[in-house]
Amino acid sequence: MVEISVEVKKGSQEKAKRLQDKHPKEKRVPIFIMGKKYEVPDSLTIQKALEYAGYQLIRGCGCRGGICGACGTVYRFPNSYRIEVGLACQTVVEPDMYITQIPFFPGNKATYNIEKLEPTGSSIAAMYPEIFKCVGCGTCTRSCPMDIDVMDYISKAIRGDIAGAAELSFDCVMCGLCTARCPAEEVQYNVAILTRRLYGRHIAPRARHIQKAIQYIEEGQFEKTIKQLMKMNRKELEKVYNEREIEPDMSEEFWTPKNKINLVIE
Amino acid sequence: MPYTPELKKLIKIVEKTRSKRIEQKKRGEEFPAMSLKEHEEILKYHPDFKEEGRSEIKVGPNKGYRIANEMISLFHARSRVNPDLIDLSKVHYETDVLILGGGGAGTAAALMAREQGVKVLIATKLRHGDANTMMAEGGIQAATKSEKDSPYYHYLDAMGGGHFKNDPELVHTLVNEAPKVMSWLEKLGAMFSKFEDGRLKSLHGGGTSRKRMHYAGDITGAEIMRTIRDEAKNYPDEIKVLEFSPAVELILNDQGACAGAVLYNLETEEYIIVKAKATVMATGGSGRLHIQNFMTTNHYGATGDGLIMGYRAGVPIKFLHTVQYHPTGAVFPEQAEGLLITEKFRGAGANVLNIEGEQFVYEREPRDVEASAIIRECTARKKGITTRTGMVGVWLDSPMIDILKGEGTVRNEFPGKWILFHRYGIDITKEPMLVYPTLHYQNGGLEINNKGETVLPGLIVGGEVSGGVHGENRLMGNSLLDVMVYGRIAGMTAAEYAKKKFKAGRLTLDHVRKYHHTLEEAGIELDGRVSPMILPDYSNPEVRKRQLTTHYIGTLK
Repeated sequence: MVEISVEVKKGSQEKAKRLQDKHPKEKRVPIFIMGKKYEVPDSLTIQKALEYAGYQLIRGCGCRGGICGACGTVYRFPNSYRIEVGLACQTVVEPDMYITQIPFFPGNKATYNIEKLEPTGSSIAAMYPEIFKCVGCGTCTRSCPMDIDVMDYISKAIRGDIAGAAELSFDCVMCGLCTARCPAEEVQYNVAILTRRLYGRHIAPRARHIQKAIQYIEEGQFEKTIKQLMKMNRKELEKVYNEREIEPDMSEEFWTPKNKINLVIE
Repeated sequence: MPYTPELKKLIKIVEKTRSKRIEQKKRGEEFPAMSLKEHEEILKYHPDFKEEGRSEIKVGPNKGYRIANEMISLFHARSRVNPDLIDLSKVHYETDVLILGGGGAGTAAALMAREQGVKVLIATKLRHGDANTMMAEGGIQAATKSEKDSPYYHYLDAMGGGHFKNDPELVHTLVNEAPKVMSWLEKLGAMFSKFEDGRLKSLHGGGTSRKRMHYAGDITGAEIMRTIRDEAKNYPDEIKVLEFSPAVELILNDQGACAGAVLYNLETEEYIIVKAKATVMATGGSGRLHIQNFMTTNHYGATGDGLIMGYRAGVPIKFLHTVQYHPTGAVFPEQAEGLLITEKFRGAGANVLNIEGEQFVYEREPRDVEASAIIRECTARKKGITTRTGMVGVWLDSPMIDILKGEGTVRNEFPGKWILFHRYGIDITKEPMLVYPTLHYQNGGLEINNKGETVLPGLIVGGEVSGGVHGENRLMGNSLLDVMVYGRIAGMTAAEYAKKKFKAGRLTLDHVRKYHHTLEEAGIELDGRVSPMILPDYSNPEVRKRQLTTHYIGTLK
């Protein structure tokens, strides 16, 4: 096994040049990664700044697009009492930030059968009794990088307002920063997903049209014509494709095509 | 950061043409869509057609096939491990079904396999759920509205999008299973966007003839992923998960079947042997290969690992010569570079505009056509918008949406994107977004049949790592559908195989030795290259130069 390959070296040079081109006269700012000082270009996100400093990320890096919740990060400025939070992939560095990532924080998850669980406050209480320990300090809300009012959805969950908690917590990326800082030792994000699943399963009205569609497929209503399409040569298939009727952009919800072939109309 | 004064000036031009464009849209007048012939013309601007970007695979079942150079570097590489160093008699984990990859397809497979009463082990590179599924925004296609849609039209649209080259059997299964998947997800409690009576909301995507794109805000993939992950975690004894332990090689047995995998613990840096009766390959895509230096929307771990593991074990590849560039990735602010701006914006009516605020393409062409048109506008026609850092893009006129569909639509339908841009001081309900095509999806992959089976018994494949269902170009909303449909099928097929077809045998890595041998015979200069890549290399090359005693194998220490 050989170490750094020629390919990689060549690639690195190109990459170094690209980095330079991109940050031509970039201002560099000091940041403190776990207390240790590095100078990095001021346009970088915390994630890219860690890489610029020389880290090869394994933990604390996921989608790099602000949705997976892998890169929850806390930071603080000198002479400030405030603990600030952000996703490392979304937060741009600022001078004198003291940064640490919290890539993992233990949080219990209850196990349940979502189908049998009642969509009530007592279900939540049975799964996560600690939510009643909430002291209303609001630290969770201040710790949310997605700007979710965490305390509010927890109080809704306590009151049994499952729908409210589900809707309020919808943008949760489950990064766990709320949990890391909660003095009542709650696991808010797991409470949140339980409320969302209870809402989706039991409270939101069912999309009954799906069952109809499944029924028609199981009856084999479209089998014959799809099989015909499957046997067509490219030219024939292109012709059918080009002639298919397109639903207009601004159509109403109950628009129907002029041509009712290959549909089941009741 | 907010738009610079130069860009703000250019936005004024967009505003000037907006009211006229709104009026046209309201009258149902669209920029003319291209004919199939025009499609062929404009596709010359697509990166897939750049011959210097590709070369031939010189070994294995697809010898002679031309694919992107960055992919070739995976295929023309040795294993990360010397097979002679691995002691297959020391098995660390034994399971019925081993699932490689903990994204949408892998997790759906785990749930279905568990239902069949088998023990499941998921091995995943990062955390459970860290995958491209999580990042899919726009929606999931399913013909659920019978008065205007059926699998017949879904089939036609998918074939047209894929240049009529898709595997018909795979598409047939995809469209027929789609409503069942929606029902399954609804029962698991996924919160899809609905009308008050429960009817699913739906939109167009590029290349769809009916509005069948169902969605959950603008985080459809995240909603699906976190729901099925939560469900998988409800069965901790039956579905075990090994995080930060990607597979690096398949293990075969002397019956000629797949019998497990070698994993690599990224933290303790040790190799782990897993013996399994059936193995599901659900390792996802490869955007992080940065083909032709394109930026990507993909997850950190999307390095095409499954392609090479499967290929070394003799599974052919299909449609890998085409790669999907999502037409609209963010180019401003630079921190958001490459970030996916969902097609749903165009589905909701936002125009695509050049520097003069003019339309140059209908906003809902199939993705390859849309991307090619944007590339042509910015290159050959030089009508793109250039940022201070030299990035080029075109406008996506998001403010049209609130004007067309009512104030608050953008905030309700695109909460994720609204917050993100808001943080950078950009209000996308008032200002357009600057976009350029970004590497998005691996259209092709390992060859499968409609049960997820491959030529290698005991190896079942599902999701983005497979090839055939999308032909040469995937339509929006068919990838979440693909991972759900074929993830579920892979789980069921694997469970059945484990229960009924599995034959025990002596474990071997001879296929890896053979592959090394054919590489040597073909006289390929390997330069120490190894694959799978596992993680891309984004660390600072200047720092690497000073790491005098650090040894890298490929991109990893």
